[in-house]
Amino acid sequence: MKSFLHFWRRFRRNRAALVALFVLLAITLIAIVGPYVYTVDPFEMMGRASTPPSKRFWLGTDVSGRDVLAGLIHGARVSLLIGVAASLCATLVGLIVGAVAGYYGRAVDNILMRCTDFFLTIPSFVFAVVLIAIFRPSVTNVTIAIGIVSWPPVARLVRAEFIAQREREYVLAARALGMSDIEIMIRQILPNALPPVIVVSSLLVATAILTESGLSFLGLSDPNVISWGYMIGVGRTVLRLAWWMPAIPGIAILVTVLCINLVGEGLNDALNPRVQRR
Amino acid sequence: MSATLWFVIRRTLQVIPVVLAIAALNFLLLHLAPGDAADIIAAQSGGASAEFTAELRRSFGLDLPLYQQFFVYIGRLLTFDLGFSNVQHRPVFDLIAERVPATLLLMVVSIGFALLIGVALGIISAMRHRSWVDSVVSVIALLVYATPQFWLGLMLIVLFSIMFGTLPSGGMMTIATDMSVWERAVDIGRHLILPSITLALFYVAVYARLMRASMLEIYTFDFVTTARAKGLSETRVGLVHAASNALLPVITLAGVQVGHLLGGSILIETVFGWPGLGRLVFDALLQRDLNLLLGILFISSIVVVLANLAVDLLYGFLDPRIVHQ
Amino acid sequence: MSALLQVEGLSVQFATDRGPVRAVEDLSFSVAAGETVAMVGESGSGKSTAALSLLRLIEPAGGQVSAGRILFDDVDLLGLSSRQLRGVRGSRIGMIFQDPMMALNPIFTIGWQISESLREHLGLSRRAARDRTIELLQRVGIPAPEQRIDQYPHNLSGGMRQRVMIAMALACRPSLLIADEPTTALDVTVQAQVLALINTLKDEFGMAVLLITHDLGVVWETAQRVVVMYAGRKVEEGSVSDVFERPEHPYTRGLLKTARLTDDRAGPLVEIPGTVPNAFEMPHGCRFAPRCAQAFARCEDGVPPDIKVAVGHDVACLLAERAP
Ligand SMILES: Nc1ncnc2c1ncn2[C@@H]1O[C@H](COP(=O)(O)OP(=O)(O)O)[C@@H](O)[C@H]1O
Ligand SMILES: [Mg+2]
Repeated sequence: MKSFLHFWRRFRRNRAALVALFVLLAITLIAIVGPYVYTVDPFEMMGRASTPPSKRFWLGTDVSGRDVLAGLIHGARVSLLIGVAASLCATLVGLIVGAVAGYYGRAVDNILMRCTDFFLTIPSFVFAVVLIAIFRPSVTNVTIAIGIVSWPPVARLVRAEFIAQREREYVLAARALGMSDIEIMIRQILPNALPPVIVVSSLLVATAILTESGLSFLGLSDPNVISWGYMIGVGRTVLRLAWWMPAIPGIAILVTVLCINLVGEGLNDALNPRVQRR
Repeated sequence: MSATLWFVIRRTLQVIPVVLAIAALNFLLLHLAPGDAADIIAAQSGGASAEFTAELRRSFGLDLPLYQQFFVYIGRLLTFDLGFSNVQHRPVFDLIAERVPATLLLMVVSIGFALLIGVALGIISAMRHRSWVDSVVSVIALLVYATPQFWLGLMLIVLFSIMFGTLPSGGMMTIATDMSVWERAVDIGRHLILPSITLALFYVAVYARLMRASMLEIYTFDFVTTARAKGLSETRVGLVHAASNALLPVITLAGVQVGHLLGGSILIETVFGWPGLGRLVFDALLQRDLNLLLGILFISSIVVVLANLAVDLLYGFLDPRIVHQ
Repeated sequence: MSALLQVEGLSVQFATDRGPVRAVEDLSFSVAAGETVAMVGESGSGKSTAALSLLRLIEPAGGQVSAGRILFDDVDLLGLSSRQLRGVRGSRIGMIFQDPMMALNPIFTIGWQISESLREHLGLSRRAARDRTIELLQRVGIPAPEQRIDQYPHNLSGGMRQRVMIAMALACRPSLLIADEPTTALDVTVQAQVLALINTLKDEFGMAVLLITHDLGVVWETAQRVVVMYAGRKVEEGSVSDVFERPEHPYTRGLLKTARLTDDRAGPLVEIPGTVPNAFEMPHGCRFAPRCAQAFARCEDGVPPDIKVAVGHDVACLLAERAP
């Protein structure tokens, strides 16, 4: 609790991050309770097609006369859900690979890092496209695919942290006390290595949201849920007549991602204070 | 200069295992995909018997143990055989080879543009650290980082093709036959402007931020103090002594990001109807042409490996310390 | 008396997150033409900060000269425009640093880096600069200069790199060389060679040297006068023979004892007890008082004044008042 207060005081100093955090909380709230408050079905035809924003449809209707506002609210769910879940997925894999490589070093490290480097060379977006095309687009598959292509940077970071920590006195002491390797990794080193990982994971949420929007723009989204990228893809077909239709979900993505990035920076300032000399 | 030669050879040989691993990954994905070539052909010929399918399978070597199939697969790759697109009825390799030049043109122009502008902005931001220029560049970079590239492309089309009508909204060239070579080049150039700006903008931001950070770090090094102690102007210290050293990590990153660039390129090509790999991906997705998709993944991975190799060699050339370690 | 370099009341501070750090305070000393003055003190005592401030190189590093005058040939360097200052840097005052590996730009050849000075200040052509550079390399004792000139810093040994730095600093025949711990980063075997080179060139070029070091043996062998620094302040200044034979400040005595250069060579190796005060908790009075065995109440009242104990021998210690 005390350390949380300390953290909060540092985080608060970054004004932009603070504002971004509140906007992000608002978006999350909309994503969670929005569909119960604004009960329009985003897939149902509600009025004439492609009408501009009006009193009845605040954000207009799309090519099939569906309510854009409803789509935006439901899309927030999908974007945030996939963003967070994919980031957790990538963080978990990255943590395991990086921790094992960094802790054991030598051959284990060598093999795991070659794997990591290999995955870094595979063009991640193309890889995700192929994976989803093979396994069919569903919320789960899209999440896993984004996770699979996003873990290498986490692994590298975790490895570096573990290498920096593994010869520290507290680790040697734990080993002398007969703690198992897994215990040392999870209970001793991990808490110390976590702050930079948290920052990177939070930024991964932003990247994952962008990737997801790209995938669903290409049509690789779960056909049962509406997502922002899909809405842009739909709006694209009537770009000449109704530019606002693709513009609106794009702005939603922009604002969300911007806020996540700002919060990530704030976390970085609060968790990894560096001596600012210049 | 045999040290240099050795460096080049060593680095080039390192490519082989990576290419093998890429082949293995593609092979694996091929087998994970539901239904093999025999199933597909059988399905196309309209509900063939199980015997016929088994026969097909044997003729394709699909009944062999997996590792033998892998060797056959590698053998095929060595002869540029990436399989057959059962949708477009043409070899996958030919389909891809047709599209690679357009994608490369878009990528090279974009990355060149991004490096030029990004590095320049980074240098200015670092040399005018904490000035208004620095702040403006930082804010723009933040916005650009958060913008979906394909959406930006659409918005640029709205602005420059639909509202102002100054630039073409898609395609690579105007359909006309009576153009001189020069006119054709200008025409392609005009078509290139929007997609390349869209694709480049993100990297402008990335390189500007990295170049700035890199410069600021170099500024703390002793040799910068030496340069000042020599009586050089602050401009010369920044541009000659700091920037040249700061450029090295930027070039490394540019190499590492070729894969990312390719991903962006696919989306941008879809937006602008640019006839490259991206369009091919889009079409392959619409038609569920997995063979073609896998071929594209393979070739684009190879492109990334080769680009990384090129950057490493260039790096060895730029930084005299590398070759000798 | 008109010295080549006369520093008066120089104070330098760094702004940090925890407030300003006064790295150098009220420092005065002078260097006459052709003379070698040594500046000694533990690490962190402000020697490098002072040296960098002389050429106003401390500002880009985040420092700020808050008071004082730096008269070089009777012109205050603090009052010069940046263009005028550049005419002094590298041309009339040369500077070399502790670690020549860090001080040389890794991606340019050493020849290019030396020529850069020549072309900047003397406006030499590329050819002429190259010829001069080869001469200089030869002069600082680098064998086969025609080949070495096109090599990069990493191709050279530490000693060779420092020779390159010397060649670069002396390219335009400055009348003052500032050498900030020029041998600290080098192998013991080459340290003497580099010092000998600096000495020879000093005589040959008739220049003055401000030699920063924490090696009192070096001071004894090369310098005529010495400035002793402690926690950002000068505590003693005088001719090397005076200061070494009749040190007045307890800190100087401690240093000499630690270095075993005084008469009690046979005695045990003594460390000065205690540590340098934290930059944010500097004592009001004498900064050495908390560690000083002879300190008394008044030591903590105020900064002790410079007291002249002999011609050209000053000490900032109240004990000297009582001396006959
Ligand atoms: N860039 C800087 N920012 C803040 N403090 C500094 C900086 N450089 C030096 N200092 C402080 O100034 C003091 C003197 O340092 P320095 O001049 O390097 O000493 P010396 O060269 O005698 O070892 C030290 O206490 C150090 O903490
Ligand atoms: Mg120093």
